[in-house]
Amino acid sequence: MISYDIVVIGGGPAGLAAAIEARNYGVKKILVLERDKELGGILQQCIHNGFGLHIFKEELTGPEYAERFITELKSLKIDYKINTMVLTITKDKTIHAVNPKDGYMVIQAKAIVLAMGCRERTAGAISIPGTRPSGVFTAGTAQRYINVEGYMVGRRVVILGSGDIGLIMARRMTLEGAKVLCVVELMPFSGGLTRNIVQCLNDFDIPLYLSHTVTNIKGKDRVEGVTIARVDENRLPIPGTEIDYDCDTLLLSIGLIPENELTVKAGAQIDMRTNGPVVNESMETTISGVFACGNVVHVHDLVDFVTEESRRAGRSAAKYVQKKLVEDGNEFKIEALNGISYIIPQTVRIDNVDKSLDLYLRVRNVYDRVKLVIKADQETIKEINKRHMAPGEMEHIVLSKDLLQEKSFERLTIEVKEGI
Amino acid sequence: MYDIVIIGAGIAGSFIARELSRFKLKILIVDRQNDVGNETTEANSAIIHAGYDAMADQLKGKFNAPGNKMFDTICDELDVPFKRIGSLVLGFNEDDRKTIQNLYNNGLKNNVPDMRILEKDEILQMEPKLNEDVVCALYAPTAGIIGAWEFAIASVENAMDNGVELELETEVTGIEKENFGYRIYTNKGEKDTKYIINCAGVYADVINNMVTEPYFSITPRKGNYYVLDKGLDLVNHIIFLCPTDKGKGVIITPTVHGNILIGPDSEFVNDKDSTATDVSGLRYVKERALLSSKAIPFNKVIRTFAGLRAHSDRNDFIIEEAKGAKGFINVAGFESPGLSAIPAVAQYVVNIMQKLTGGLIYKDNFNPRRRKTVCFNLLSDEEKKDIIKKNPMYGNIICRCETVTEAEIVDAINRNCGARSVKAVKKRTRAGMGRCQGGFCSPRVMEILARELGKDWTDIPYDSTKSYILTEETKRNQQDNDSKMGG
Ligand SMILES: Cc1cc2nc3c(=O)[nH]c(=O)nc-3n(C[C@H](O)[C@H](O)[C@H](O)COP(=O)(O)OP(=O)(O)OC[C@H]3O[C@@H](n4cnc5c(N)ncnc54)[C@H](O)[C@@H]3O)c2cc1C
Ligand SMILES: Cc1cc2nc3c(=O)[nH]c(=O)nc-3n(C[C@H](O)[C@H](O)[C@H](O)COP(=O)(O)OP(=O)(O)OC[C@H]3O[C@@H](n4cnc5c(N)ncnc54)[C@H](O)[C@@H]3O)c2cc1C
Repeated sequence: MISYDIVVIGGGPAGLAAAIEARNYGVKKILVLERDKELGGILQQCIHNGFGLHIFKEELTGPEYAERFITELKSLKIDYKINTMVLTITKDKTIHAVNPKDGYMVIQAKAIVLAMGCRERTAGAISIPGTRPSGVFTAGTAQRYINVEGYMVGRRVVILGSGDIGLIMARRMTLEGAKVLCVVELMPFSGGLTRNIVQCLNDFDIPLYLSHTVTNIKGKDRVEGVTIARVDENRLPIPGTEIDYDCDTLLLSIGLIPENELTVKAGAQIDMRTNGPVVNESMETTISGVFACGNVVHVHDLVDFVTEESRRAGRSAAKYVQKKLVEDGNEFKIEALNGISYIIPQTVRIDNVDKSLDLYLRVRNVYDRVKLVIKADQETIKEINKRHMAPGEMEHIVLSKDLLQEKSFERLTIEVKEGI
Repeated sequence: MYDIVIIGAGIAGSFIARELSRFKLKILIVDRQNDVGNETTEANSAIIHAGYDAMADQLKGKFNAPGNKMFDTICDELDVPFKRIGSLVLGFNEDDRKTIQNLYNNGLKNNVPDMRILEKDEILQMEPKLNEDVVCALYAPTAGIIGAWEFAIASVENAMDNGVELELETEVTGIEKENFGYRIYTNKGEKDTKYIINCAGVYADVINNMVTEPYFSITPRKGNYYVLDKGLDLVNHIIFLCPTDKGKGVIITPTVHGNILIGPDSEFVNDKDSTATDVSGLRYVKERALLSSKAIPFNKVIRTFAGLRAHSDRNDFIIEEAKGAKGFINVAGFESPGLSAIPAVAQYVVNIMQKLTGGLIYKDNFNPRRRKTVCFNLLSDEEKKDIIKKNPMYGNIICRCETVTEAEIVDAINRNCGARSVKAVKKRTRAGMGRCQGGFCSPRVMEILARELGKDWTDIPYDSTKSYILTEETKRNQQDNDSKMGG
């Protein structure tokens, strides 16, 4: 059997950052496994600008951002295997993987970092009525065809869902000569970043219909048209508001789902709200020595946050291998209350917190001029004023260790307080 | 000149072709679709019914239970996924109990073996996730589930291995009576034949009417379905509600591949091509299914679809030489339990052919076995190791949700009745069938299809040749190519 100190599953920005950080913290035998034909993950198909503003203070394209990490990984001589699919991992940290060259491999690791990213929600998941012709693509798949393989997927396009990938694809397809007729969003607000709405829709006069959905797909062989309609407050289509569009393509940008088949099979606990594993302050799952970071834990909109989070996971995995991670001791839970959809991490062992604790969360609705109230058991320990919050933009909160250490408590809660 | 042309490569045409390929006959199957089993045979409940509900004096009743018995051998020979998991018809009140008793009695008439009427406790022990209000159930252990389109594909492949020809995207547009038999007109030219077997599904009446006076009609009856993700521990048997005038009642069943299938409703429609799903049908399915089990996770739906039952005004199968057309055999009105009955029906059709021809002659070299397909996902670790050593393409996973390898896809393309489209690959290997619905693997599958068939990416369709996926190369790519060519 092959053995390594740390095996990282997934060679996207999360996996790369975790591996590099673990090496910088002194771990020798590290292996990165990636199923695609190159490292870099989803970034390789994101040829637009806008990556790295936080980490590198400059605007890079996806492949450029990835390249910096790939170069560093190689210069640190970290082992990696591409075209390699991980099939299963077990609680005792053996990894089963295959590729054409090495065949079927069983690898023993002291620690594992899960960095498998996420996949897109599909048409099937939302059961759009109508026929099932070709021409319905998830936005990410279309992006791959266009940016990586070099083929166009259609000429007249309707986009359902205003997530970032959908917005970016609206611009990309327009630049490639397609006509993007509209972007249709079920919710009364967009799930994408404001900068993407401005740069990808407004700048190209592409209309965004909020509180609308696609109610029918037409076409026998290829999409021939779709019907859209306004929805009521229960998100059900309102009869009489239908508009028909002649189009040959429907792109879907209706959400991303963390890719956790391996995690579930290994027996780690999953948070129903994030669809990712429950993690602690060290980005460790409920299986000791199995860490997770990036989109496999929760869907990120900015790669810079992925990198930060993944460095923490890599550092923790290094400490685990070096037996420096405090396994038990004082622990508290973090819970999302009013207006918050989820918080990462879900549990904290205060002894492993350095100077401060980073929390990442998303709100359920669009909020203006509200407070985030943080309580330890019943007692408010911090309030943060927020001018504006939206589900599409992840919030980052830092709590000092001193604040958390003052007293002992079991539950840290965060809620939105309106009307201030 | 063919001895027999079979019109339609659904399960009827496919399996009848396979049974007739035992004999010294020149046989052609034509289908207007770009793959076999591409209409009703790919959109149904995929259940091999035990045979208790069709009336004994109908062809449906006559062929179902005997057909059911033959599946173990057939599926072994043709390497088709099939599991006898047994079925339960649930009763929730005294009316239902009467219905169940009637089904039981009818089942005895049809010689359905091993049926039992179960009471609440035993039912909930077998199926803990069912609605606890259940009072009784008809248990039929011989009911099974099958890979329905795999069954059609395997039948045609085996028929072709034994000399049968197949022409796809060949639509029959007219038929003339000739002194030798019939001349069939299609979009791809004429075919002369002595005999015709009409297995055209919902179009069987239209085909019939090309040679003789209309004497039956087929009305499509639509059924909508949900497909749920794998790995949900919901039910282990085929679960029916009591039948109503709308068919056998909504079913919850595992599929042979471990998904959960829920449906169908039943609605007459006018359009013979209308397999669009509709909101009201899906809503009905959901409401009814929740009566059987409140534990159905509808947030795990990965796909919806609809299929058309070929309902005849005789309310039964029509399997006979057509009135007023010698040598023209109808296999029509072939709605449920068509899939279950087909082995017995095919024998019956062979007998008809024996009579019409005055005796068929067996081939010496008929091979009933189809070369086995490899399903990498189901191999043991050791077997995986060995097979990759032999063929490294087994080490290249193309579909991550279903763990399908490049070698399996290449094999599916290069067999008889091989895949020509992305959907055909999906039906044969399950690449793209899983929770991501091909989002990840479809570019890879296209690449392999293009390579194996010697075509451009833009010529690889999703299904029919008209269902193109890609329009043209991107501007960027075209520039790259131009500069590569020194332009
Ligand atoms: C279309 C799009 C546009 C974006 N735009 C921006 C932007 O403008 N600015 C910005 O900052 N951020 C942007 N992001 C966000 C950022 O790119 C992602 O959050 C980030 O790439 C996530 O990194 P990851 O490593 O977690 O996942 P991924 O990049 O998805 O990497 C996961 C890797 O794991 C591999 N893998 C998965 N399962 C297995 C397995 N079983 N075996 C082996 N390997 C496996 C995958 O092949 C993949 O390479 C965008 C994201 C997308 C999708
Ligand atoms: C909702 C539903 C649920 C069902 N559930 C079950 C079940 O659980 N168990 C069971 O036993 N049965 C079930 N059935 C019935 C079963 O699916 C059918 O009996 C069977 O699939 C019919 O096969 P077929 O070959 O007759 O028709 P089809 O599969 O429809 O094949 C007919 C073929 O003819 C071709 N064709 C038509 N016109 C032309 C033309 N002009 N030229 C060339 N080709 C043509 C079509 O392209 C098609 O491929 C169900 C049916 C439905 C609709």
